Amino acid sequence: MPHDHSDHDNHLDPMEARVRALETILTQKGLVDPAAMDRIIETYSEDVGPRNGAQVVARAWDDPDFADWLARDATAAIEAMGFSGRQGEHMQAVFNTGSVHNLVVCTLCSCYPWPVLGLPPVWYKSPAYRSRAVYEPRVVLAEFGVTLPEGQQVRVWDSTAELRYLVIPERPAGSEGLSQAELAALVTRDSMIGAGLPQVPA
Amino acid sequence: MNGPHDLGGQMGFGGVHPEGEGAPLFHADWEARVLALTLCAGALGRWTLDESRHARECLPPAVYYGSSYYEIWIRALEDLLRTHDLIAQADLTAGTATVADAHPKRLTPKAVAPGLRRGAPTNRPLSAAPLFRPGDRVRARVMHPRGHTRLPRYVRGAVGVVEADHGGHVFPDTNAHGQGEAPQRLYTVVFEGRALWGVDAEAGLTVSVDAWESYLERA
Repeated sequence: MPHDHSDHDNHLDPMEARVRALETILTQKGLVDPAAMDRIIETYSEDVGPRNGAQVVARAWDDPDFADWLARDATAAIEAMGFSGRQGEHMQAVFNTGSVHNLVVCTLCSCYPWPVLGLPPVWYKSPAYRSRAVYEPRVVLAEFGVTLPEGQQVRVWDSTAELRYLVIPERPAGSEGLSQAELAALVTRDSMIGAGLPQVPA
Repeated sequence: MNGPHDLGGQMGFGGVHPEGEGAPLFHADWEARVLALTLCAGALGRWTLDESRHARECLPPAVYYGSSYYEIWIRALEDLLRTHDLIAQADLTAGTATVADAHPKRLTPKAVAPGLRRGAPTNRPLSAAPLFRPGDRVRARVMHPRGHTRLPRYVRGAVGVVEADHGGHVFPDTNAHGQGEAPQRLYTVVFEGRALWGVDAEAGLTVSVDAWESYLERA
C-alpha cells in the first residue's frame, strides 16, 4: 500500500474516533452537555484523589477518638472530613494489625472508594489483579515489592456490593511526633488498598 | 451470569503491573471522555448502576478480554443507549444526529458537584428479621443465574462465617433487569482460604464477600 501522507494527517486512533462520534451524537441529541463532562473530568483529575484518604489515615493515626469513630461508622467519620458521595456512599475502614494484613479487590468489576482514593489505577482494574488477589495475594503483594511476615494473616475483601473499603495501614515506626500533614505524606495510595505499606520517615 | 467479568481465581492473565501514584489517571484523552460520557448518560435516569454493570458483563468474552477497561465501558454504554432507544444504530454509523433540544434530565455543569457529592446510597429499610446473625455458619448457594448476580463463582458452594449484618440494600439481581430494588439484607461472609481453594490455598488466607441474604443458606 502506498504511503499516504494525507491519510496519516487525518488519522484518529480508532477508540478516539469512536468516543468522539458518540460524544457528538449525544451532544446533538441534547442528552449530554460537554461542559458537564469537563467538570466531571476536572473533579477526578484535580480535586478527588488519594490525598483525601491519606488525610483520613493520618488523622486516625494521630487521634484515637477519630480512629474509634472510623472503626464504628466510617461513612460518617469520613464525611465529617468533607469526603463523601459517589462510590463512597457506604464506607468501611479496615485496620491492619501485626496479625492481619488487609487487601481490597473487586473481582467482578472495579469497585473502589472514589471519594477517598479517586479513580482506580489501571492495575486495580486489570484481569491479572482481579483474578489473583483472592487466590494468591502474597504472590501479588510480592509483585508490589511487599513481603509480609510469615505469621501474618492475609484478609482479602472482595467488594461485591456497595460497601467500599479503605485500608488503614499500621503507623510506621519512627513517626512519633509528626504532624497530621507530615503523617499524611507517608501514606501511599497503594497502602490504602493493601497493596503497599506506608513510607517510613526519613 | 457466568460471564467474562467473574474473574476470581481465574488463571493465565500474567503478572500485575503496579503503577505509581504519579502515573496519569487516563492513558489517553478518550478514556476521560468515556468516564464522563458514562456518568452523564447515567444521570438521564434510564438505567441503574446494576444494569450498566450487567451491560459490561454481557460483552462476548473475546471482546471483554481483548478490550481495555474504558473500551469495555464505551461498548456497554453504546449498548445501553441503543437498548433504551436513546440512540439508533444509524446514528452511530453516521457519526452524527439531528440536533434536538436539551433533554429535561441532561446533566448541567452546575449539577455535577452536588450530584457526585450526594452519590446514590443503596441502603433501604427492611421489616423482615435477619435470617442469619454474626457468627453463623452459612453456605454460599450453588446457583448459576442467567441474569446479573454479585455472588462470584469462586465462593459458590463454600461454607463461611457471617461477620457483619449491613441491613437492607438494593438487590442487584432484580435491579439490573428493571425488576425493582427488592431490597434484601446484606452480610459480610468470611471464608477460609482452604474452603475456597483446597490444598492450593495460601497459608493464613481469609477472603470475604458481601452477600445478599438469598445468596446464602444455613450450613
